[in-house]
Amino acid sequence: MPMKRQQQGSVLQRLVLCIPYAWLLVFFLVPFLIVLKISLSQTAIAQPPYTPAFDLAAGWHGLVTFFSGLSLDNYGLIGSDPLYILSYVKSVEIAAFSTLFLLVIGYPIAYAIARTPRRAQAVLIVLVVLPFWTSLLIRIYAWMNILQRDGPLNDVLMALSIVKEPPAWLSTDSAIYIGIVYSYLPFMVLPLYATLEKLDESLLEAAADLGCPRWKIFWLVTLPLSSSGMLAGVLLCFIPIVGEFVIPDLLGGSRSPMIGQTIWTEFFGNKDWPAASAVAVLLVGLLVTPIVIYQNQAARAVERE
Amino acid sequence: MRKLSAFNLGAIALGIAFLYLPIVILVIYSFNASRLVAVWGGWSTRWYAELRQDAPLLDSAFISIRLALTAATAATILGTLAALALVRFGRFRGRLLFAAMIYAPLVMPEVITGLSLLLLFVAVAVDRGFWTVAVAHTTMAMCFVTVIVQSRLVDFDMSLEEAAMDLGASPLRTFFAVTLPLILPAIAAAWMLAFALSLDDLVIASFTTGPGVTTLPIRIYSQVRLGVKPEMNAVCSIMVAVVGVAVIAASLLAKLGGARGGAARL
Repeated sequence: MPMKRQQQGSVLQRLVLCIPYAWLLVFFLVPFLIVLKISLSQTAIAQPPYTPAFDLAAGWHGLVTFFSGLSLDNYGLIGSDPLYILSYVKSVEIAAFSTLFLLVIGYPIAYAIARTPRRAQAVLIVLVVLPFWTSLLIRIYAWMNILQRDGPLNDVLMALSIVKEPPAWLSTDSAIYIGIVYSYLPFMVLPLYATLEKLDESLLEAAADLGCPRWKIFWLVTLPLSSSGMLAGVLLCFIPIVGEFVIPDLLGGSRSPMIGQTIWTEFFGNKDWPAASAVAVLLVGLLVTPIVIYQNQAARAVERE
Repeated sequence: MRKLSAFNLGAIALGIAFLYLPIVILVIYSFNASRLVAVWGGWSTRWYAELRQDAPLLDSAFISIRLALTAATAATILGTLAALALVRFGRFRGRLLFAAMIYAPLVMPEVITGLSLLLLFVAVAVDRGFWTVAVAHTTMAMCFVTVIVQSRLVDFDMSLEEAAMDLGASPLRTFFAVTLPLILPAIAAAWMLAFALSLDDLVIASFTTGPGVTTLPIRIYSQVRLGVKPEMNAVCSIMVAVVGVAVIAASLLAKLGGARGGAARL
């Protein structure tokens, strides 16, 4: 009887692991390998629009022609065309600055929430997270309403006579920054709050008792102790922002696209699948470094606990 | 002891205002009688009435809801299995790759997920449509499910399961009679998140869909690209209302069920 139970257990265990494992292999890992392969292929006017196609039926000979058909041409194209390079630079620039803005805006909010009474904290965190549940598309569309030339933002600015002429907000980088900061604020506030909330207040009291001024306590004690939350927040925002598509497409101009838009246009507009794949592979390469840093950080945090 | 300074209070008030004002303005504009969105023409529900005439839009809404139901359910099953494997099986062979495949999609740009899945579907020459989008959304959402269920399983009292097994329950019975009811609040929260993610997604669906299957975000996107439209204000307000009611109901439910471990992570 116990024998049988154990057997049932191990078969079940294998199933529990194998089903999601197989799913992720087929629908996450294999697609990546295909992207990598197509990035080394040539554009062709065919269906699918690239060559060489992989033909298992041709056997060893097919395999040889397949590999001899691969080339690094697409990567050379990316290196030589300023459009691609500018689009990478612009993505990293926008992601870096908006992450900085997010940190500067998110920190005081997270800090303040962590200092409210326990019960209020729970409610405030729900309030911060709630907008994240509504569609990103809708939230960005809401900003399209506000940032129109004759929209409410310009009405307010004119009424306060901060500006004389209503400025154009849409199709500018400022609009992209506003949209990104708005959409990613919960992702910055949550990890910051999680570390600030655990902060040992006796350390702050000790510093105050020893005559340390308040700004210095913040600079020397609070800020360094919240560095793990800052790193988590920065990475949680920076990585997805680099590849962002919806926000720059709806709020930004078309003159200098971000990398997500470039992949989109190569794919849907120019039907150049190999080039789109090569741009995507380089983007993943660009993002792997911060992901590895984050993994290490997370692993260390788990060990500490 | 915890005194709230004016600075702290101001940071919270400004932060919350910044997060909610745009949505409030959107809802107010959706009741604007004027066709010109920026000109206030008095209160009216005419845009909501006009939505009922818009057959393609209703069609898309129906597709999106069906899609979200399918993907959320599949993602919840797969994600829960993955969470069980990660928490319970210790250091099995291939764990590193498994964990990487769970966490990578959480931060992966949607453009890349969409592109790579489309290339897979093209490579195996499958007809694209409802089911390809469902598979793509399942893959994207299951990783979020895993993270939520995992956080609940980590502080799970193993002695309850051991007791059931000692009393002669089979592993399968133990799971359904003991484990599942205890992690159910987290699973419900995860299902809702998966549903919201699927309903929200534009990019992955655009890549993986086929002719005739236009999801609601794709339809809204094609309309708003060209500028603001009063009908779209109404559609978006309805979606905000639905999501708002669902989330508030769910968090009340979670509070009753004591699902703090699962819900707090979000």
